[in-house]
Amino acid sequence: MTAGRPATGEPLIQLEGITKTFGSGAAAFQALKGVDLAIMRGEFVAVMGPSGSGKSTTMNILGCLDVPTSGVFRFRGVEVQKLDRDQRSLLRRRYLGFVFQGFNLLARTTALENVELPLLYRGESKAQRRAAAMRALDQVGLVPWADHTPAELSGGQQQRVAIARALVTEPDVLLADEPTGNLDSERSVEIMQLLQRLNAEGITILMVTHEEDMAAYAGTIVRFRDGLVERIERGAVGHAAEGAAG
Amino acid sequence: MLGTSILLALREIRRHILRSILTTLGIIIGVAAVVTMVTLGNGVTASVQEEISSLGASNFIVFPVRTTRGTIRPFDDADVRAVGQQIAGVEIAAGNVSANATAFYNGQDWDTRVQGVTNKLLEAQSVKIDEGRAFTRDEEESGKNVCLLGLKVREAIFPPATSPVGARMRLGDVSCEVIGTVEERGQGGGGADDDDAVYLPLKNVQRRFRGNENLDYFVVKYDPAYAAATVQDSLVALLRERRLLQDAEPNDFNVIDTAQVNQALGAATGALTAMVAVIASISLLVGGIGIMNIMLVSVTERTREIGIRLAIGALAREVRLQFLTEAVVLCALGGLVGIALGFVASIGLAAVIDVPYVFDPVINIVSFLFSAIMGIVFGYYPASRASKLDPIDALRHE
Repeated sequence: MTAGRPATGEPLIQLEGITKTFGSGAAAFQALKGVDLAIMRGEFVAVMGPSGSGKSTTMNILGCLDVPTSGVFRFRGVEVQKLDRDQRSLLRRRYLGFVFQGFNLLARTTALENVELPLLYRGESKAQRRAAAMRALDQVGLVPWADHTPAELSGGQQQRVAIARALVTEPDVLLADEPTGNLDSERSVEIMQLLQRLNAEGITILMVTHEEDMAAYAGTIVRFRDGLVERIERGAVGHAAEGAAG
Repeated sequence: MLGTSILLALREIRRHILRSILTTLGIIIGVAAVVTMVTLGNGVTASVQEEISSLGASNFIVFPVRTTRGTIRPFDDADVRAVGQQIAGVEIAAGNVSANATAFYNGQDWDTRVQGVTNKLLEAQSVKIDEGRAFTRDEEESGKNVCLLGLKVREAIFPPATSPVGARMRLGDVSCEVIGTVEERGQGGGGADDDDAVYLPLKNVQRRFRGNENLDYFVVKYDPAYAAATVQDSLVALLRERRLLQDAEPNDFNVIDTAQVNQALGAATGALTAMVAVIASISLLVGGIGIMNIMLVSVTERTREIGIRLAIGALAREVRLQFLTEAVVLCALGGLVGIALGFVASIGLAAVIDVPYVFDPVINIVSFLFSAIMGIVFGYYPASRASKLDPIDALRHE
């Protein structure tokens, strides 16, 4: 089985000359200095780079959580930098799923309710929400833990709940920010294999990581340095799959 | 969406049950105080009105007062007749005397008061015959030994569930026939208990208990179509003339207008209710600030949750609605608890201070709506702050 689909046609995500400046005047700091990047539907992209290299800022822009200072960001052909806050919220709600390093589940809330959360903003019936959330929990293999709260789950299980929450809206893109950062190596491998499987089922994945081992699971590695894309490596999947098997 | 928000809000309140209770305590106490005080105020007003109506709605009560020389000149029947005949607008003028006496019946005794009355006086004071009959003309004019029983005397010395009408009882040295009973009257003017009394014809009490023709006071019932002040002026002028008072001499009698007493008492209870309402409003204001404070704490505490919600696509107005709903639900629940507490407190206190419990739906509905509105007023700023958070900063919040 191969992760990642052949990259053909229009890119799903396209960054052209993206800059981002924080602050102003003497205290201004330019985090991005003109990033160009195209990601095709079905790619599994690992974003790497030392801290301060601009990878997090890029992810925030790709996640429609932040807007660039200049440049063009096209998502599904729409120029996101022209959208207002509410329009970007609707874009996230419909097309994006987020997985965070710290899991970010609601405490004292069951796995099922956590996974249902994004559906609350879609006006679906309770039965529809429940069914969709159970499907998503099934995808990550956590149906038996549906009624457990985060405190009753291991870190790996919590991250799988978070992945289920990201999947429940059936998004086009899964954005994962250091998804294995808080996990031991065994759980990390499980999560990466899960992401690889989901990618194989069709979802586009953008993942920030600083671990080469984890990045190796991705089909594409984008390396950042000093606010610019330093290098793009495509086709590293076979090696990672072998590495995981070995 | 709103239904979901209310459910989420209830879930959040349940999760922090102790904090929620403590937070809403201000509202609970404020609402309970408002409901209790307004309900008790209504009870006091009702009991005062009942009392006033036992004096008669538009009556003057006239009684002699001690002069500077230290003497009291009582009124007599001739004064009452003159008032009844010579003043325009007077419907009834009727006198009263009373004396202490012990009532005896069937081996039982009871210290009470004998009231010398006429049918006209009973009419002017809105006293109703319960069982039996009123005095006949002959009984009044010749002061026969017949009597009407007040409720407490009847309960004190007559066996329950049998009619005392027709029985013979003794009042001091006087033996008399019970011809009827009067309905419950309640607390009378001046602290006298009008139920603890036996009513005899005026002439009988004057002759047998007092030994003179004097009156303690007399009641003047006037036609409400006449101006009270005009009737009172004529009344005072006539009485001064009959008592041969010089222009320089002050009145040696007093005229009380029950309508004015009614108004004065109404104004007093109104003022009391208003004062309590102000105090309760301050309590509600403090309670509201408490709500705002805890909502701000809640927003800070749940910054990451807000970040998650915003990241997964919640609109700013949806986050605002969520926190606003939480504040409103919290306040409304506090209002409901306060109303329940006020209900219990008013029933209990009404029994303690012996006023009727008068349920007032308006104050209950207004209190509930007011507490919900407090939720909007004091929840808006924290909710608005939550909705304006930047999702990236909120997610990074520790």
